[in-house]
Amino acid sequence: MKKIRLGSGAGYSGDRIEPAIELAEKGDIQYLIFECLAERTIAIAQQNKMKDPKKGYDSLLEMRMRAALPVCHRNGVKLITNMGAANPVAAMEKTVSIARELGLTGLKVVAVTGDDVFGQMRQQEYTIFETGKPLSTIIEKAVSANAYLGYQPITQALADGADVVITGRVADPALFIGPLAYEFGWAANDWGMLGKGTLVGHLMECGGQVTGGYFADPGYKDVAGLARLGFPIAEVDETGSVVITKVADAGGNVTVDTCKEQMMYEIHDPKQYITPDVVADFSQVSFKKIGPDQVRASGATGYPKTDFLKASVGYVDSYIGEGQISYAGLGAVARGRLAIDIVKERLALTGVAYDELRCDLIGIDSIHGETISAGHEPYEVRARIAGRTKTMQEAVRIGNEVETLYTNGPAGGGGATKVARQVVAVLSVLVNRELVKTTNYCEVV
Amino acid sequence: MKLLREIAHSRTGDKGNISNISLIAYDEKDYPLLKEKVTAEVVKKLFKDIVKGEVIRYELPAIGALNFVMKEALGGGVTKSLALDAHGKSLSSALLALDIEKL
Repeated sequence: MKKIRLGSGAGYSGDRIEPAIELAEKGDIQYLIFECLAERTIAIAQQNKMKDPKKGYDSLLEMRMRAALPVCHRNGVKLITNMGAANPVAAMEKTVSIARELGLTGLKVVAVTGDDVFGQMRQQEYTIFETGKPLSTIIEKAVSANAYLGYQPITQALADGADVVITGRVADPALFIGPLAYEFGWAANDWGMLGKGTLVGHLMECGGQVTGGYFADPGYKDVAGLARLGFPIAEVDETGSVVITKVADAGGNVTVDTCKEQMMYEIHDPKQYITPDVVADFSQVSFKKIGPDQVRASGATGYPKTDFLKASVGYVDSYIGEGQISYAGLGAVARGRLAIDIVKERLALTGVAYDELRCDLIGIDSIHGETISAGHEPYEVRARIAGRTKTMQEAVRIGNEVETLYTNGPAGGGGATKVARQVVAVLSVLVNRELVKTTNYCEVV
Repeated sequence: MKLLREIAHSRTGDKGNISNISLIAYDEKDYPLLKEKVTAEVVKKLFKDIVKGEVIRYELPAIGALNFVMKEALGGGVTKSLALDAHGKSLSSALLALDIEKL
C-alpha cells in the first residue's frame, strides 16, 4: 500500500532549525512542512510590506531556505511553508535567488496568493466574529485582512510540479492536507478523508509539541533529550491511517499521551473542528502504540465544509508600556507592593492616561491571580506594571516611572527594565468563500 | 488529599480571547471520576479571577479526556493582553493542583 511520510520542520515562526534538517537528512520523508505564521504575524508583515514592497515575508525565510534547500534538493524532499506571510511572491523571488546562489538547478518554486482580502473589507459591512460589532468600527485602524485558505492551491502547485510551495495565510492543517490530497487523489468533497487529513495536520502543525515538547513535568511526565528534540514524522497511507513517529536517535518521545495532548491543543468542540476544507470530527479518535516512538491514530472523520472562510483582520489597537524591577530578601514582598503603589500614584500625578493597567508581583500572583496564588512567601519578587495607552509617548512613561524607582522608590530595587510597543491586535470576520480567488505564481531556477 | 496531577495531565491552548484546557486521564479507567468531579462549574470557580466568560466542557470518552473551553479568558486576546503569560499557557498547572477529594 502506498505510504507518504510528511515531516514537520517548524511549529512556530522562531522554531529551531536543526530538527528540520535532521528530518530532511534522516527522516526518509517526501515532504518537509514549515508552519511559521501566528495569528498576528501577518498583520505585522503587512506593515513591513507597506514600507518595502519586496518585504513582508517571514524574517527567518532566508535562514531556513539556506539551511533546508540543499538537503531537500539532494534527497528529493518537497518543501511547503506559509513563510510567504503578507508577500508570498516576494518570498518566492527571494527563494529563487537563494537557490541560484547555492547552485541548485531544476527547482520549481510556487507562490500561492489570494488570501489577502483587505480590499474587500470596505466593499460591504462585515460583523466582527468575536464582539458582534460592525467591522466599520475599527476599519480606519485596520492594517491587514487575510482569509484562511484551504489545501487546494497547494495540491494544484504540487500537481504542476512544484518543489517548493510558499503560501501566505492558509489553515495550518491545509499545509499537510495539500500533499496528501495530491498523492492520494482525494476529492474535494471526500469529507471523511479530509477529516483524517485534518487530524494529521493538527497533530503535526506544532512541530515538537507531539514529540515531547510542551509536555515534560519532571517526576510525572519525563522526556529525555529536549535539548535535541526531534520533530515529528507522519506516515500516512491511502486509507488515511496515520502513524506519528520521529527520527530514532533524535530526542523526545512519541507516546499515546503526547498525541492526546496535541490533538486537544487549541480545539474547542471535538465534534466540530471547522477548517476551510471540512468540518472535522475528532471525537472518536483513539491512539495506539505500535512500536517505540510510533503511535497510530484512527477514528477521525469529517462533514461538509461551511460556506465561509474565516479572515483575520489586523488593526492598530493601542500601545503597551511596561516596566519591571526586582526586590529580594527580607521584606521583599512589602517593598514590591510599595513600588507598585508609588508607580500608580506617579502615573496619576504626572497625568499619564491609560485605558487599562495591570500590576503584578512576579513570584506572588502574576500568573494565576490572587486567589489561586495565595499563601506562599517567596525569597524574591519582581514588580511589574503594564498599561494600555492611546499613544506611544504615554506608554513610554509607564516604564519610565518604574525605572525611577531606583532612586525614588523602596530600598534595594534592582534590575529595572522597561519596554513600550505598538499593539497590532487581531479580530475575525467570516467571508463568503466565493469572494476569495486564489492564484499560483511560479518561477523555475 | 488526591491531586488531579496524580491521575491526569493537561495542556492549554489559545485562540483569540478563548483558552482551552485539556484534562486527560493517564489511565482511562479514571475517566469516569474526572467526568463526575471536574465539572465546568468547578473550572469556572477555580479561574474566577481570570476567566470572565462561560466555561463549556466537552467530553472525549474515546481517549478518556475532558476539554474545557473558557471564553473571555485571555485579557482581550493573546494579541493585546497585558498579562505576563498572554497565551494563558500556564493555566493547566493550576487545574492539576486541584484536590479531587475536595470536589
